[in-house]
Amino acid sequence: MSVRVQFENNNEVGVFSKLTNSYCLVAIGGSENFYSVFEAELAETIPVIHASVGGCRIIGRLCVGNKNGLLVPHTTTDTELQHIRNSLPDKVKVQRIEERLSALGNVISCNDHVALVHPDLDRASIILRYNETEEILADTLNVEVFRQTVAGNVLVGSYSVLSNQGGLVHPKTSIQDQDELSSLLQVPLAAGTVNRGSEVIAAGMVVNDWVAFCGMDTTSTELSVIESVFKLNDASPAAIASTMLCLKAKVSGKV
Amino acid sequence: MEVLNEPIRQEMMILCCICGIGIEPNPANMCVACLRTQIDVTESIPKQATIHFCKGCERYLQPPAEWIHAALESRELLTLCLKRLKGLNRVKLIDAGFVWTEPHSMRLKVKLTVQAEVMSGAILQQVFIVEYTINHQMCNDCHRTEAKDYWRALVQVRQRATNKKTFYYLEQLILKYKAHEQTLGIKPIHEGLDFFYTNEATARKMVDFLSSVIPCRYDHSKKLISHDIHSNIYNYKFTYSVEIVPISRDSVVCLPRKLSHQLGGINAICLVYKITNFIHLMDVATGQKLNATLYWRHSFNSICDPKQLIEYTVMDIEQIKYKDIKFFPGQGTISHKHVIADVWVVRSSDLGLNENLIHTRSHLGHILKPGDTVLGYALSESNINDENFERLNKDVIPDVILTKKNYTQDRAARRRMRAWKLKHMIEDKDSIATDNNDYYEFLEDIEEDPEMRQNINIFKDPRKSIPVDTNELSDPSYPQISLEEMLEDLSIDDIEIPHVL
Repeated sequence: MSVRVQFENNNEVGVFSKLTNSYCLVAIGGSENFYSVFEAELAETIPVIHASVGGCRIIGRLCVGNKNGLLVPHTTTDTELQHIRNSLPDKVKVQRIEERLSALGNVISCNDHVALVHPDLDRASIILRYNETEEILADTLNVEVFRQTVAGNVLVGSYSVLSNQGGLVHPKTSIQDQDELSSLLQVPLAAGTVNRGSEVIAAGMVVNDWVAFCGMDTTSTELSVIESVFKLNDASPAAIASTMLCLKAKVSGKV
Repeated sequence: MEVLNEPIRQEMMILCCICGIGIEPNPANMCVACLRTQIDVTESIPKQATIHFCKGCERYLQPPAEWIHAALESRELLTLCLKRLKGLNRVKLIDAGFVWTEPHSMRLKVKLTVQAEVMSGAILQQVFIVEYTINHQMCNDCHRTEAKDYWRALVQVRQRATNKKTFYYLEQLILKYKAHEQTLGIKPIHEGLDFFYTNEATARKMVDFLSSVIPCRYDHSKKLISHDIHSNIYNYKFTYSVEIVPISRDSVVCLPRKLSHQLGGINAICLVYKITNFIHLMDVATGQKLNATLYWRHSFNSICDPKQLIEYTVMDIEQIKYKDIKFFPGQGTISHKHVIADVWVVRSSDLGLNENLIHTRSHLGHILKPGDTVLGYALSESNINDENFERLNKDVIPDVILTKKNYTQDRAARRRMRAWKLKHMIEDKDSIATDNNDYYEFLEDIEEDPEMRQNINIFKDPRKSIPVDTNELSDPSYPQISLEEMLEDLSIDDIEIPHVL
């Protein structure tokens, strides 16, 4: 399932929303159109929450998360953090981190198991008594962390989008790089574009295991690439559940 | 065991975001075909334009106000066409050329190849055709010609004389000094010429030129064509009427008594021996000048003109010695170029029939010798109607006035010998025909008078060779124009270059 959507006439929907398998954050806009589209698709399965980070609407670029947790930058106010904590399911750990590269969404890209991070992300902040970002990341999101670049770009969060089914990377990523990343992430990858040729993929779309939201400019070719690499064609929460059951049955049958 | 092959450099491939074919990633992430459909680099360039063409003079308008000649499919026309396109500075022009169109279709097609940078770095090249419509528009020059208001000023030159020699002379003067360069047209009419000009200043210049080379007077008038009372603009046609003195060279005039007195007691009957911007009068005893203003104040007429010349043969000549010449106080200048002589002549037609020698005094004492023929007027036998002449004492009137030595025994032979020619302002005109006696006399005058030649450009006649041995007319004193005085005529030979095989 993939949907085209616009945020106040802007196609960069990945900037104004954050989608994971267990929750969805949506920026507070002038109208509810953007929110309504997400709500219509997701409200039955996961909570869709209005949120802001540090008074900004660009939440997709500022925070990073998966089904296990959510990291927000140090600019997040206490009220905002409280609101997010209250709205998210209890099992989702919310953590505010002290990180120089505060646009976490741009420097970290993750699914539920692995994360690609900016090579310069703090290893250890000894002076500030906090744990190092990489460690917090691994603990909070339950992921394995790799310092990588995508097609020579350090902003891995901007130029790649990952789900548990697959991943879309910058169009200039070489085959070798794609193979390397794919072996790290253990998901198939494809090079592609969104929004009629835009290279900034993460800004143009958000995705989880069964649905993708893309900018209104995205062409049908791009959508078909997205649907095939993220395996969204027959994906729905129910379908996933049934495949899981099948698998379980097979496994148990074998045993 | 399989040997691991070295890493093959695989081409990165993405799908074109529009049509989905595999392409290498580029800044637009589209295939070239899709990019073409999305972006038109020629968007800012008009595909149709208009060019103005004047049918009258076959020129194209180059805005704002220039009209230029350009052949079809020429480089100039292409330049003109490209200048008409507005947005061409935003793209890089690679190539331009004409596509053939039917000349009568009034269309020009120019095929342009342009390059432009699109989508942060991709360079797109595009070929397109611009169609030009040729519209007719009359240029200002043709418009004025059509409206018949192409001249603003007119100089009318008139001479009420019996022969045209003055005009032949004037024509040569104008050619020599290039005074006709700014004229729009020259129109010969009865007793004169009309010169047309675009403005008053150029006409005025012509009048000034005329009054500096020939004795004349002029009158000025203007006619109101139109006027604008609001902006105080008046549109006039100006006319200068120039009247040349009606006396020609070699005529005999009779001066009024007052003038002859004023000119230092010159004899009332005088010979006009030269005309420049002055009238040069010659008494048998003296050479006197008379300028034009003085002439118009004491108008007098010629009593004999060159048509009445009669040929005489000199029988005897006796130069008057300097001590025998009478001088009196208040006398005008005396010519030192001439020698006064007593001449006894007989009419050539009566030669051998009677022995009546006619005695006269002549200024030609330095060139005449017995046996020569000379041209003169028989005053005593002429029927003269002149107010001043009537008042003269008949006793002092000479029987014969000799004007010049006669070299014209055989005019046709002389014409054959002539190895030079003159230029003309207008080639095909009846009024200034060059095949008549007046014209041949004028040519003879040029040969005989070196002073006159100074004001005239003489050209070598390529059809005639310079005679080496003059056996036809072997007189050494025979007047001729030397080769040094002649000019080579400009000739442009269009030699066809043979094709190299």
